Amino acid sequence: MKSRDRLGNGRPSTKISGYSAAALVRQGLRKESDWPRVWRSHDMAGSYDVVIIGGGIHGLATAYYLASRHGITNVAVLDKGYLGSGGSGRNTAIARSNYLTPEGVAFYDRSLKLYENLSAELNFNIMFSQRGHMTLAHNDSSLRTMRWRAEVNKLQGIDSEVIGPEEIKKLAPPIDVSSDTRYPILGALHHPPGGIIRHDAVVWGYARGADLHGVELHQQTEVLGIETSAGQVKTVKTTRGDIATNVVVNCTAGWSSLINDMVGVRAPITTSPLQAAVTEPVKPFLDAVVVSGSLHVYVSQTARGELVFGASVDPFAQYSMRGSLDFIEGLAGNVLALMPGLSKMRLLRQWGGLCDMTPDYSPIMGTTDVDGFLVDIGWGTYGFKAGPVSGEQMAALVATGRTPALIEPFGIDRFLAGRLVGEKGAASVGH
Amino acid sequence: MMQLACPWCGYRNVSEFGYLGELLERPDPATTTPEEWRSYLYLRSNPAGRLEEGWYHRAGCRRYFEAVRDTTDNTVSETRRPAGRGGSTGGDEHAMPGEINPEGVTV
Repeated sequence: MKSRDRLGNGRPSTKISGYSAAALVRQGLRKESDWPRVWRSHDMAGSYDVVIIGGGIHGLATAYYLASRHGITNVAVLDKGYLGSGGSGRNTAIARSNYLTPEGVAFYDRSLKLYENLSAELNFNIMFSQRGHMTLAHNDSSLRTMRWRAEVNKLQGIDSEVIGPEEIKKLAPPIDVSSDTRYPILGALHHPPGGIIRHDAVVWGYARGADLHGVELHQQTEVLGIETSAGQVKTVKTTRGDIATNVVVNCTAGWSSLINDMVGVRAPITTSPLQAAVTEPVKPFLDAVVVSGSLHVYVSQTARGELVFGASVDPFAQYSMRGSLDFIEGLAGNVLALMPGLSKMRLLRQWGGLCDMTPDYSPIMGTTDVDGFLVDIGWGTYGFKAGPVSGEQMAALVATGRTPALIEPFGIDRFLAGRLVGEKGAASVGH
Repeated sequence: MMQLACPWCGYRNVSEFGYLGELLERPDPATTTPEEWRSYLYLRSNPAGRLEEGWYHRAGCRRYFEAVRDTTDNTVSETRRPAGRGGSTGGDEHAMPGEINPEGVTV
């Protein structure tokens, strides 16, 4: 076997994998010795029509929809690491659309609809398990917010309902719903279409789809600078050479301030890590995704049997993704308050991912004061569930030059204009 | 657990402190425009590297102070009493004897 670098950079291959039952049988008979690469590698060209910075779900989805919906295929996606190495591979893989503001509900519901059909569209199993999503209420005020959210949701046709402790116990038997706990459970906002998705598969599926349509994916390619002329983007300087382009899309989430700085775009973003952890795999016992805002914890069981825990963002801004002992300690206590039966479970690992937080817990999408520099940033703790719709809408913006109605409320000018969105239905932020 | 040197109390676990974020020049509310005020409220430089920031010793002396921290690895190169607001000399009725140097050791 020929040696090649780990990611195959600089060694173009023309073989694209076709996934089908026949291919599965064929590969099985060959002892799976030659599954082709899921996407190709390319030498860097001197120019592209569109350069997307950030090879996560948002960047790849934007590239995929640009190519598949709008026929714009001379596109490069750049990532300084490997595809999905940032938030796309570090989130807790939850999808839902029961947000609080009408803008948020419409937006995230479109994303959920795209996710529901994504395995078929990409011919790549993203393992979307719509097992239901419960947000627990431990006091009167959060129960009141749940009712409010349920009504906002129902008005827009979203399946969302407040349920009581008995129903909660039926849907998630390990939860302690007794009334003598420190944080008694009064009810929950139940959202049946919510669930979990295999996040890596979404990255790989979009990457494969974009590649099939002619988009070039460049891994291990760091952007060093962006040159403008008369307020218009002209050149992207990278560790693998300069690229001439008129359109750059910043899809770098936690690192987005660093890319914005290259063209002098200021945004109300601070970067904080959100830590998560996973237990050893056990037999399936927890169906629903369980979230407690008051306890700052969310729990789901993966198809592999591991329990995935997430919490809230770390209490101060930083670019470090190291896990901390106090996080694990706090998390364990909170998980046991919800599910005392888990006291013998062992943690397998913990990690952190960077969140680009905005003051109104809503993203920043659209054009900027620099012509040709577009942003899809401010994704905080909700970027994974919004990947498909963000890609679809950003692609439409790039292709038509007009900001689609769905993302109009999320423009970067809203902060200085005093038109904040105020999304209090966002995940894992302290309200 | 990461520790932070309070200029008055010395090294304490970071969980004792509240985070205020980047130090900013506050515009005069009497003369500022809404845009300038919102820019002060919302826009942040969010550097990957050296950041001058404010902290509050919530579970300790309950005083504000400033720190210089590298946001990529959380190395704190300096903590200091805020200048101008009863800072370097103010509040001494509660201060420990002696100064805290950047390493947080009382000298």
